[in-house]
Amino acid sequence: MRLLKLVPDHTNIHFLKWQWPTTIISVALMVLSWVLIFTHGLNLGVDFVGGQMIRVTFTQSASAPTAQLRSEVEALGFGEPIIQTFGAPNEISIRLRLPEGSDKNPAAAEAMAKTVTAKVKSAHADARIDGIDSVSGKVSGELGTVAIKALGAAALAISIFIWYRFEWQFGVGALISLIHDVTLVLGLFAITQMEFDLTTVAAILTVIGYSLNDTIVVYDRIRENLKKFRKMPLPELLDLSVNETLARTVVTSGTMLITLLALALLGPKVIFGFSAALILGIFVCTYSSIYAAAPMLIWLKVTPSSFVDTESKLDRQERLAREQR
Amino acid sequence: MLDFPRWKQLWLWFIALAAMAAAVPSFVSFAGYAWPAALPNPKINLGLDLAGGSHLLLEANPDQVTALRLESKEEEVRNALKKASHPVQIGDISNKDGSLSFMVSNPADVDAAREAVLPLTNGAGLSGQRDWDIKVVDTTRIVLTPTKAGIDQAVSDAMSVATEVIRKRIDALGTREPTIIRQGADRIVVQVPGLKDPTALKELLGKTAKLEFKLVDTTASPTDVQSGIAPPGDEIVPYASGAGAMAVKRLGGIKGDQLASAKQVFEQQTGEAQVQINFNQAGGEKFAALTSANVNKPFAIILDGKVLSAPNINQAILGGTAVISGSFTVQSATQLAIALNSGALPVDLKVVEERTVGPDLGADSIQKGAIAMGVGTLAVVVFMAVTYGRFGMYANAAVIINVIMILGIMAVFSTTLTLPGIAGFVLTIGAAVDANVLINERIREERHRGRKVFQAVELGYKEASRTIFDANITHIISAVLMFVLGSGPIKGFAVVLMIGIVTSVFTSVYLTRMWVALWLRKARPNDITI
Repeated sequence: MRLLKLVPDHTNIHFLKWQWPTTIISVALMVLSWVLIFTHGLNLGVDFVGGQMIRVTFTQSASAPTAQLRSEVEALGFGEPIIQTFGAPNEISIRLRLPEGSDKNPAAAEAMAKTVTAKVKSAHADARIDGIDSVSGKVSGELGTVAIKALGAAALAISIFIWYRFEWQFGVGALISLIHDVTLVLGLFAITQMEFDLTTVAAILTVIGYSLNDTIVVYDRIRENLKKFRKMPLPELLDLSVNETLARTVVTSGTMLITLLALALLGPKVIFGFSAALILGIFVCTYSSIYAAAPMLIWLKVTPSSFVDTESKLDRQERLAREQR
Repeated sequence: MLDFPRWKQLWLWFIALAAMAAAVPSFVSFAGYAWPAALPNPKINLGLDLAGGSHLLLEANPDQVTALRLESKEEEVRNALKKASHPVQIGDISNKDGSLSFMVSNPADVDAAREAVLPLTNGAGLSGQRDWDIKVVDTTRIVLTPTKAGIDQAVSDAMSVATEVIRKRIDALGTREPTIIRQGADRIVVQVPGLKDPTALKELLGKTAKLEFKLVDTTASPTDVQSGIAPPGDEIVPYASGAGAMAVKRLGGIKGDQLASAKQVFEQQTGEAQVQINFNQAGGEKFAALTSANVNKPFAIILDGKVLSAPNINQAILGGTAVISGSFTVQSATQLAIALNSGALPVDLKVVEERTVGPDLGADSIQKGAIAMGVGTLAVVVFMAVTYGRFGMYANAAVIINVIMILGIMAVFSTTLTLPGIAGFVLTIGAAVDANVLINERIREERHRGRKVFQAVELGYKEASRTIFDANITHIISAVLMFVLGSGPIKGFAVVLMIGIVTSVFTSVYLTRMWVALWLRKARPNDITI
């Protein structure tokens, strides 16, 4: 049986040829992402800004009567609601700010939820209330701090680990490509205005994990080749390492994409944003492990001298034979 | 590499099967069979986002605990000085600025007063720290200031009591399997699966249920009461109905902690819902004494700082039973009875976070999540099989065993499976496949370099393990940090990831290695398709 090969056996793509154009693209995308994050802002959910979110599914209609709902809820006098679909057009969330003083008097938030759900139910017979989340300003602030701490600590701890396992250049390179990946995913959330909640933070942590996973596989091969081919110029060695790991990169990204696509298309709509972020994350991580993580090592001036020669006996025989040739 | 002793094989199979077996009770119902009590019966908990239900985060106000503590300490100090071998005369006790201070009438008694009060100031835990600092100022003034340790201890005690009270109240509602956990210094998490409408629960938990009977001060001038000025020894208490307020005597009343039981009853003539309470021995005696001494005077029934009603005492009530009326519905009277029976909350609790998931959405999520996982796994299985042939099938078997093992281990630790947890599964499948991709690609590479089959496989596993190790350690680091620092969904995701990383290394490295080794030993192929 002939097996499927997505990547031919002996690739020799000169990746670093595009080093400068890709660097410009990467930097441009990062700047664009930051501009979007600051101008558009992230569409923060009640987890981070506090307030009340009511999720409604319209069981009979294909799409929710969003405009009508907006005016109905607005007429109740609790302020302007944010109404959004998530995933399917018949599933929406209605977000409202908690009424003044509800921190002291929880009954106010309760009454608001009751009024809004009663209105939605009476105006739309097929509306099914799926859930009510109500988060006070104090708690949402804490959740935000906790999320930022978790993100920062994870990124930092992993970089330190890579520094310890490899060399400082690798740690810095991994951290920068990590920032690149996370920035671009945040940019996606800024441009699509998909809701950014605690589940999204889990997605971003996953992107961090995957980004580093991908970077490590390439770095590992670079380290191995640095030990093996001590005289090879660095750009050439990087190209070789990326080529050698290309098949793995493509197959793994492929399997991840398959499962994530299944999750995005067939999974519960509540985690559509999660899956979407991860899908973009996979593309960005794969790209950055080739075009950001590897060239970075040239700029950071990695040399083979920092690694002790630990190549296997077989490899050594091979190398000696090649060098004699 | 080919050397796989029998004990090692048995050991690997034992681990895999044991973890997989633990998953069985979560999926097969043994309701009809006699499940031996000696056997563990672990089950995976479904998070509220999957099962539907309500999650409430309640927060206490530590300042209130401190204020209540000052109040009770005031009484203790008075009693201690009265009962001392040389009773000490003191002036008014003030509790301004969070500390108690009082003047000793006769300066010669200061030392005696200090001696008498001293025993009241230690007892913050076992460490022997004082819970109050005691100081003599200006030769006659004694000041008691609560210490940090004392306050912390008091808040902690109050929260323990509150947790118990909440448990009793929720049990009285008849809801199933609630989870009630203290979180941090001043918070309690309440999770009730399957509860669709948390309104009743919130109303019940929002009641402090501090019941007091206090004498009404009929001499207070109505204008003073209206403008909120309390005559000496009185306090102003508003009506629960919102209509005005009244002045009552601060001291000499009866507190609800002397109740034996409470139940909802109907007034015989009007059919109005009421709450009947029964005092315990001491409470009954006190109530009898209070009512017989104050016949024809009104007394106020106060709940959570608000007057429910203020009936006249027509005759002494000696039976230890009283009836509270105050325009109740049957439901609100029942709720009050439940709240009184479970005892008063030592501190007010307010809802700072609420999440309710309808059971329909939960069921929907579970179904869709399962379908997505099934389809995703199937697609990966096909993809791996056509990419790596026999080696791909080994990887596939490893992935499937991996998923069942994760479920089993989650069941053993009764971890909660949440929606982000399902996403964690997807990522774990990806990571497990990645390990095998790394190994298989390496074997391919070594074959292309002209290595013999056995050598290529051996080097494939050996060289790839280092990369797999580095990659998994980074995953572990981020998962542990997510678990420690994260909350809610992030934690749910991290749990699956942590378990998944361990099982995926076990299945995709050790199990496949055993299978490949056994096959190579048996078939001795000269060439492999990979």
